[in-house]
Amino acid sequence: MIRLSGDPTALFLPPDAPREQIEEYREKLGFNRPIYVQYGDFMVNAVQGDFGQSLRSREDALPLVLDRLPATFQLAISALVLSLLISIPLGVLSAFRRNSIFDRIAVAFTVLGQAVPSFWLGLLLIYFFAAQLNMLPSGGAGSITHLILPMVTLAAYSVARFTRFTRSTMLDVLRKDYIRTAKASGVPTLRLIGRYALKNSLIPIITLVALDLGTLLGGAVITEVVFAWPGIGRLLMQSLMNRDFPIVLAGVFIIALIYAVINFIADVLYAYVNPQIRVK
Amino acid sequence: MTVNIPKVTHTTQSIKAKKQSAVVTFFSNLLRSWTGMVGFLIMILLLFISIFGQWIVPYDPLLADFGKKLLPPMTDGHLLGTDQLGRDIFSRIILGARVSVIIGLTTVLIAGTFGTIVGIISGYFRGWVDVILMRIVDVQLSFPFILLVLVINAIIGSGLRNIIISLAIGGWVIFARVIRSEVLALREKEFITACVATGVTRIGILFKHILPNLFTPIIILSSLQIGTYIIAEASVSFLGFGVQPPEPAWGNMLNEGKDYIFSSWWLITFPGIAIMITALGVNLFGDWLRDTLDPELKGE
Amino acid sequence: MSDKVLQVNDLRIRFRNGKETSQPIRGVNFHVKKGETLGIVGESGCGKSVTSLSVMGLLPIKTSEIVSGEILFNNRDISRLKEKEYRKLRGNEISMIFQEPMTSLNPVFTIGEQLSEPLRQHKKMSKSEIRNNIIAVLKQVGLPRAEQIIDEYPHQLSGGMRQRVMISLALLCHPKLMIADEPTTALDVTIQAQILELLKEIKVKNEMSLMLITHDLSVVAEMCDRVVVMYAGEVVEEAEVNELFDRPLHPYTQGLMKSLPSNNERKSKLFSIDGQVPKPSEIGEGCVFANRCPFAFEKCFAETPPAFNRGKHISKCWLQDPAVKEVMQNEERSIVNS
Repeated sequence: MIRLSGDPTALFLPPDAPREQIEEYREKLGFNRPIYVQYGDFMVNAVQGDFGQSLRSREDALPLVLDRLPATFQLAISALVLSLLISIPLGVLSAFRRNSIFDRIAVAFTVLGQAVPSFWLGLLLIYFFAAQLNMLPSGGAGSITHLILPMVTLAAYSVARFTRFTRSTMLDVLRKDYIRTAKASGVPTLRLIGRYALKNSLIPIITLVALDLGTLLGGAVITEVVFAWPGIGRLLMQSLMNRDFPIVLAGVFIIALIYAVINFIADVLYAYVNPQIRVK
Repeated sequence: MTVNIPKVTHTTQSIKAKKQSAVVTFFSNLLRSWTGMVGFLIMILLLFISIFGQWIVPYDPLLADFGKKLLPPMTDGHLLGTDQLGRDIFSRIILGARVSVIIGLTTVLIAGTFGTIVGIISGYFRGWVDVILMRIVDVQLSFPFILLVLVINAIIGSGLRNIIISLAIGGWVIFARVIRSEVLALREKEFITACVATGVTRIGILFKHILPNLFTPIIILSSLQIGTYIIAEASVSFLGFGVQPPEPAWGNMLNEGKDYIFSSWWLITFPGIAIMITALGVNLFGDWLRDTLDPELKGE
Repeated sequence: MSDKVLQVNDLRIRFRNGKETSQPIRGVNFHVKKGETLGIVGESGCGKSVTSLSVMGLLPIKTSEIVSGEILFNNRDISRLKEKEYRKLRGNEISMIFQEPMTSLNPVFTIGEQLSEPLRQHKKMSKSEIRNNIIAVLKQVGLPRAEQIIDEYPHQLSGGMRQRVMISLALLCHPKLMIADEPTTALDVTIQAQILELLKEIKVKNEMSLMLITHDLSVVAEMCDRVVVMYAGEVVEEAEVNELFDRPLHPYTQGLMKSLPSNNERKSKLFSIDGQVPKPSEIGEGCVFANRCPFAFEKCFAETPPAFNRGKHISKCWLQDPAVKEVMQNEERSIVNS
């Protein structure tokens, strides 16, 4: 993998370095061995959690990545929570007041929200809130004010998608026979929606949210770059620029791992709300 | 022989009539939905300027003029202003459309063809082939799409051709997954069972009965994926990979413009609007297509 | 004071779908007496389900509208009640059993959670009282292991058991009127008989009235005291059950009877009424059944027949018009004479 993109030694040594020095460097890093040996070595080590050392700083790659994990978590989880807090009530209300002015505005917003690339939204937010209004910092981390803009940027796409999905799921559930049964039992509207219909809608919503977390994590990479947020994504980008592939691989590996863990949690949650699975 | 001739003309005629009526239904359906119509018009406009863009641009989009750098919109005949090198932003956006269209269409063609073939093989022949192919798909799906594209692009290098390859490598799995499940569902249908019962060969069934029925899901999925690819390309180019300057792409225009965000708002505004309108048009059209062709999927 | 629990007078309902409107219920009259089982019979699409939903106040608010007429429940017009007021009736004084036991129970809540709802809404009871009540009712509808079933989910029960659960849901608050919309259609034949037997039994025990909606005349013969025959949004005939089976007056009812597979003889061909129920949009002047009626004459196409009474036997057919009868008898006589 490292070799595919050309010889990285060229990047770390001056172009006019003497031939012996290049050879020495290559030997030290193991680049002189056949490519399949390098690959085999890498796989054996990677499975043990050893991705090798950063080509640049000579530190172990995995701890470097893990150091950045809390920042990425902070951003991703706050964006997820924010988007769920907005989108589920919005989608439910939109479905319940179907075809009302409110519903139409909400639908238009979701269609538009899915078309806005997150990095551009980030730039616009920086322009308005940092450059023009001078209210919030344009980047970096440290305080809660640093979190706001990246969080909103990252949440926007999810808000649009989750709202739309919640709405259509809810519309579907409200047509079901068992909702009519509950109405025939004299259940008041608020309770009907808040307790009965919502729990039925949650099953597909959880599935979608779990599937979409990959997109959210991918979006986090871009958002971190836009706002200079010190998470895995930014580290990954810097390493890609520097062709520091041990770090890239460690970062990608960690993100895939997070994604897998999240899917596992979603399965557990799914079983919790869906008794047909739980009892089996 | 002579008997055959009128028969042949007859069939071609009926096919023509059928095609014509399909086109008529397409437009009469489209006229009934204003969102679908808007999407369609945006796509037509986009296609138009990506083909004829080089003849309608007022300035050479690559020509730098330092005397005129960072002009605000509507000055000196520059509709949307100029960038940090004095290049006309309007002209660059027009030419950027071509990059987006080429990337969207080519990627969907490559990823769609490859993914469909894998999906058909997997779903139709089942067995160990299916197990292996779907395991690969699963592993790849556990990586965020944009991240995968980014890493692949960083490894194989930037440029228009390589960003298409990266997007296609990242994107084929969706096609494989969806087409496989369509094929699996089709296999269980009565008319396929009837074919097997009447002794049609496996290959015959595949080409005569399965493939035509895959047309609709492929069209729907393709139209929805194009928007994803266009935004992904813009993101990757924005991050400094993908399409490289001076070649104008909306993503790298935003990347160059972000350094001037505190002084010149127009650099980051107009390319973003272009991306948004494009994605909006493609999404609206794709949604409409899905709702029209596949009412069962309506909503989501 | 009347002994009628429910009285529906000249009910007209209109549906709106975009700009199109249709009127699936056009002037329906019937009543249910205390302790009585009234059968409402008709083909699918004749408006029997819409009628029952309107009694429950469950018609979709945005797309449907009661144009005129009244629904008297215990002599009180409930057709224009506010949603909040209606809610006090639903599941309490009027309850309903639906056709599809498989989909009418919520899959993500236990039986107990769903059954506690009417009691929660209408009665002031503690949690343990509610639970004891539910278990008692579950036992009453003949469910074994009621103490366990209360904590189980719908998917763990068979179709027949679910319909028993639905019946107990309708029974919990001791309603005065229970509406059963095709309660056995989705069930196996043997279970159908059990459920019908159960409905009979609990009706007597709880001293309530039952409005049974069905397309199945054998169910009517088995269960009902009186029958209302509906066709295309109108009541075409109404009579005591024996009277109806002995002497069906409306050609539509006669057709329905003929289409019953007979037990005594094996016919090579089943009788069926030609043509189809007209769509609400296709109905104009004249009798709604005229286009399918074997006896139709000019007047049937020109004028809508009123309801002709013959004792308590009512039918909406020009053949029952005394004037028409006289003419026909004269004609017959003249044919015989000539």
